Amino acid sequence: MSCWETIADYALRSQGIGERLLPRTDFTLCQQFTLIGSGMIWNIYFGVVALCSGFFLATAVAMGKAARNPWFRKPAEWFIFIFRGSPLFIQFFFAYFVFLSLKDVSSFFNPLTSAWAGALVVLFLNTAAYSGEIFYGALQSIPKGDTEAADAYGLSGWSRFRRVIWPTMLRLAWPAYTNEAIFLFHATTLVFFSGFPATQQRGDALYYANYFADKTFNPFVPYPILAGYFIILTLIVIGLFGLINNRLNRHLPQDVRKKVKVRPQIIR
Amino acid sequence: MFSFCTDPAALEGFRWLSCYLTTGKHMSMYWAVGTVLLLLAITAPTALAFGFAGASAARSNVAPLRWIGKTYIAVVRGIPDIAFFLFFVIALDQAFEYIRHRIKCPDWDEPVRQGNDFIVCTAAKLPLGNAPQWVHETYGFLLAVLTFAIVFGAFAANVLFGAMRAVPRGQLETAEAYGMSRRQTFWRVLVPQMWVYALPGLSNLWMVLIKATPLLFLLGVEDIVYWARELGGAKQPQFTEYPHPDWRMWYFAALLVFYLCFTKVSEVVLGRVMSKLTHGQATAAGEAQRKAAA
Repeated sequence: MSCWETIADYALRSQGIGERLLPRTDFTLCQQFTLIGSGMIWNIYFGVVALCSGFFLATAVAMGKAARNPWFRKPAEWFIFIFRGSPLFIQFFFAYFVFLSLKDVSSFFNPLTSAWAGALVVLFLNTAAYSGEIFYGALQSIPKGDTEAADAYGLSGWSRFRRVIWPTMLRLAWPAYTNEAIFLFHATTLVFFSGFPATQQRGDALYYANYFADKTFNPFVPYPILAGYFIILTLIVIGLFGLINNRLNRHLPQDVRKKVKVRPQIIR
Repeated sequence: MFSFCTDPAALEGFRWLSCYLTTGKHMSMYWAVGTVLLLLAITAPTALAFGFAGASAARSNVAPLRWIGKTYIAVVRGIPDIAFFLFFVIALDQAFEYIRHRIKCPDWDEPVRQGNDFIVCTAAKLPLGNAPQWVHETYGFLLAVLTFAIVFGAFAANVLFGAMRAVPRGQLETAEAYGMSRRQTFWRVLVPQMWVYALPGLSNLWMVLIKATPLLFLLGVEDIVYWARELGGAKQPQFTEYPHPDWRMWYFAALLVFYLCFTKVSEVVLGRVMSKLTHGQATAAGEAQRKAAA
């Protein structure tokens, strides 16, 4: 079987399209590359959707934590503490079993027991908490002059937030938020190792890498392939976020702009 | 456990619960909490040692040593940590067996890798096939500790490398002016001073380490996640004296609370340590302390 046939058979295997049986004997490099790459679809899906939706909740949580009113502040603080203070792995397990018992209550909750929705909810809340903390930190370090200038221009309420506070907050938080995005993508690999089942062996990249490592007793091929894919993904994320960073900082001279710098990672 | 536990079916409410929570299997789960604490107690110093070695290597004058140190630090970037965990456990196991194989069976002529199999002679198996169960468990646990130490050592190396560079240049120049050799400067000036700069990073790392402990489950150790799944599952009256429906949700809720409390306690303790260490230091935090006292 040539490599093109393998790609045709397995490229969309993680979505359940193509050959049903996974390879069992005579594993080729091509098969490993194709299947692990196919699994990356899930990692990208979880990462992108959780990041885009979590962004809005994160802004709200950060505003809540910075609020003076304890009715807003306390829930935001607890939300951040619970999701940042406990391991994501346990959160996945807990959420899965909560969703399982909700399933008995109403069939409305059925989709939540499968990974595409249930794990997404957990990742959404988790990234909202982590980025909320980052945004809160940025909110605290907005230069006093900026808000005073907004007051002097007579801006207040929504337009003050929309035109001054929010853009400045994003600009200050962006380097840290880039890191958060990278490690959210890394965290997506935990999904199929917690409670969420990979129905019909439709798993993510690590699921397939682990499959190959188990079958061949050779971790030295599948895991480096996985690492390669993730390094490429990381570089793409850094590139995209760097473009946004340039746009957010476009009014500043080149040498005062904060560079996006990848720091070693944060396990959740 | 208690004397009234002889007939669980007749018990109700609180007494039933107190009997249920002290069955032999629950005791194993409480022991597993001990395993987690033991892992933390062994891993933290080991990882620190790895990190120290890595950071010292990364700023060495010898080029190959520097490359090794820098690669070790850089390798943790860009790759999901859980992949490391899964990779190292198999890789280390095979490496140990291969080394023992070369020493113990020099006249073995078949290749070690035969297609999909990894075959070493029986004398080189780790642990030996006839070893008792606890040896297998301890070996698995030690592999896990080593894996944790390697991965977290890389993070610690990065923190310490940054801390070594944060020590003011003037301090090192003064040491040189006193005629200290490179080695003396390193041990007598740089190392004692770097800890203040390293502590925020290291305490952050400690939090991360706490949160990484459930990954023991993936390494095949019977830890609290294993027991929560095992004990929480629905139990039929035929097989146990304490039948109950699927309670895994509550077991994981308990784990969640356990980790939250652990994090909170660590936060408070590390905050105290930090304020002790910054006391009297010429840093922004030390300055703030002085002002607050005045």
